Amino acid sequence: MDMKRDYYEDVRLFGSKVVLFWFLVLIAFLGFFPFLFRNYYVYLANYMAINVLVAIGLNLLVGYTGQISLGHAGFFAIGAYGTITLMTSAHLPFLVALVLAAIGAALLGFLLGLPALRLEGPYLSIATLGFGLTITQVIGRIGFFGGRQGLHAPELTIFSWHLDSDRDFYYLLITITVILTLVARNLVKTKVGRAFIAIRDADIAAETLGVNIMLYKTLAFAVSAFYTGLAGGLYAFVLRFIEPQIFSLLMSIIFLAMVVVGGLGSLFGSIAGACLLSWLDLELRNILSIPYLGGWLEALSKSYFSITGVSNIQLIIYGSIMVSIMLFEPLGIYGIWIRTKLYWKTWPF
Amino acid sequence: METKNRTIFFEVCNLSISFGGLDALNDISFEVHKGEIFSIIGPNGAGKTTLFNCINGIYKPDGGHIIFKGQKIQGKRPDYVARLGIGRTFQNIELFTHMSTMENLMLGRHRYIKAGLLRGAIMWAKRSFAGREEVAHRRKVEEIIDFLDLQSVRNKFVGSLPYGTQKQVELGRALAMEPELLLLDEPCSGMNSEEKQDMIFWIKDIQDALGITILLIEHDMKMVMDISNRILVINFGKIVTEGSPEEVQKHPEVLRAYLGEQDNLENIA
Repeated sequence: MDMKRDYYEDVRLFGSKVVLFWFLVLIAFLGFFPFLFRNYYVYLANYMAINVLVAIGLNLLVGYTGQISLGHAGFFAIGAYGTITLMTSAHLPFLVALVLAAIGAALLGFLLGLPALRLEGPYLSIATLGFGLTITQVIGRIGFFGGRQGLHAPELTIFSWHLDSDRDFYYLLITITVILTLVARNLVKTKVGRAFIAIRDADIAAETLGVNIMLYKTLAFAVSAFYTGLAGGLYAFVLRFIEPQIFSLLMSIIFLAMVVVGGLGSLFGSIAGACLLSWLDLELRNILSIPYLGGWLEALSKSYFSITGVSNIQLIIYGSIMVSIMLFEPLGIYGIWIRTKLYWKTWPF
Repeated sequence: METKNRTIFFEVCNLSISFGGLDALNDISFEVHKGEIFSIIGPNGAGKTTLFNCINGIYKPDGGHIIFKGQKIQGKRPDYVARLGIGRTFQNIELFTHMSTMENLMLGRHRYIKAGLLRGAIMWAKRSFAGREEVAHRRKVEEIIDFLDLQSVRNKFVGSLPYGTQKQVELGRALAMEPELLLLDEPCSGMNSEEKQDMIFWIKDIQDALGITILLIEHDMKMVMDISNRILVINFGKIVTEGSPEEVQKHPEVLRAYLGEQDNLENIA
């Protein structure tokens, strides 16, 4: 049994020296990553980092607080449109615009949290679904936001640093993602995070201990929307062009899938789930160009699966991987990680 | 009466609540003095837990008052009532099953912890307010862990603990909020006799050492008669009688409504 000698062990950001060591190794790897891999992988890493932010934000809401949301593409859109319009129309610097847009998303998250005080489970999911669908419809109708034509992202400059390549943007993105991941870790270890989990596990008991459920449920929505809005603002500069159709219902569902596949109520799971599904999403697009196998898969897809004649084998593989993970490990990747850890700890028994 | 001038610690006046025409509580009035163990007994469905839920603010009563330290608390939100200093355990355990014992008890400290979203987000162990505060409250929780002999399960998930231990953790969680009034809803149900003895010992200790006033619901008559200062008997949402254990035991209606036949009384005495 491990003995606790000092309560700071509970409170520290890194549980032990070993964890700190591996964290520093990871940071070093992330720092050299763009020099080790070609540009496509830097783009993939950017895409992953954004999804990690969303997954962590969504997990704080779904996994930790136990409130479901099918409308997170809405917050993502608010972050993206907010950042661009604040930069082009109000001429604010990028970081200020990004944070303001995320705060805007958080305020809307707070408002969306209000019906959550009365709704649960399937009812809440439909309410949030309505929100997600409405946001893109509204944005698509407003000329100021470019309407159906969409918006182009302006040039990106932070002080005197011109971020004109994927590699430059990578460093900005990784810094933000690492900081916000550590912030989320702190949150779940302190008062606010404990209140979130308490609401999920036994809300009446939480109330009788002095937890204001109204406050913390809406706060969970606001924090979650803040993370997602921030990710949306960054995503606008990965794509360099945004239009309402991007922020679809499917996007909300993929966000939720990342959280569930990764493992509900686990930050590690969110990171793993977001990375896996982002990687599959981009990588499976290339599946048809694999020699021999690609051609065979395309033929298989066209003759058996596709309705329209367009190859859809990517989606089928994507879906079956999701199904198999959930089938073999309901706790998602986090569950697989726990089992592996336990296996090595108790090996050879 | 010398009681007229002092502020009443806890009082329920003419409390009534009904669910769809069924009077769950009808005109319930009683007073609890500071520092005593006040038990509420009655058959299943008498309205005991409903009474607790009204006190906590989980139910809004239809009529009457609940006064705690000179303040009306009926119809207030549960978290508001909790912050005034009323703690509670539940008949069916309501623990945060995916947290450790320590974290469960830390939720009891919720109302004392000041570092919220922003200060919590930038926690950096000893260098931060949130970190130092967390540790200070963990020390406080440790006292309760020692008090209830929970050291061996401190870092275990409570969902996997045995039933009796879970009841203990729940008591610890309520104690961690340092309540002035503690509502215990059947703290001994489902326990074996050894666990029961421990629980009775702790309840007495909570009264004596910590000076906490206790409102107790319990079915174990021996225990109730043993530790209570005064007892309220209710049935069908109405008061049957109120008094010291000796008075209550002799009340004819109590014998009929709750204790049953004459020979049962012999067992109790």
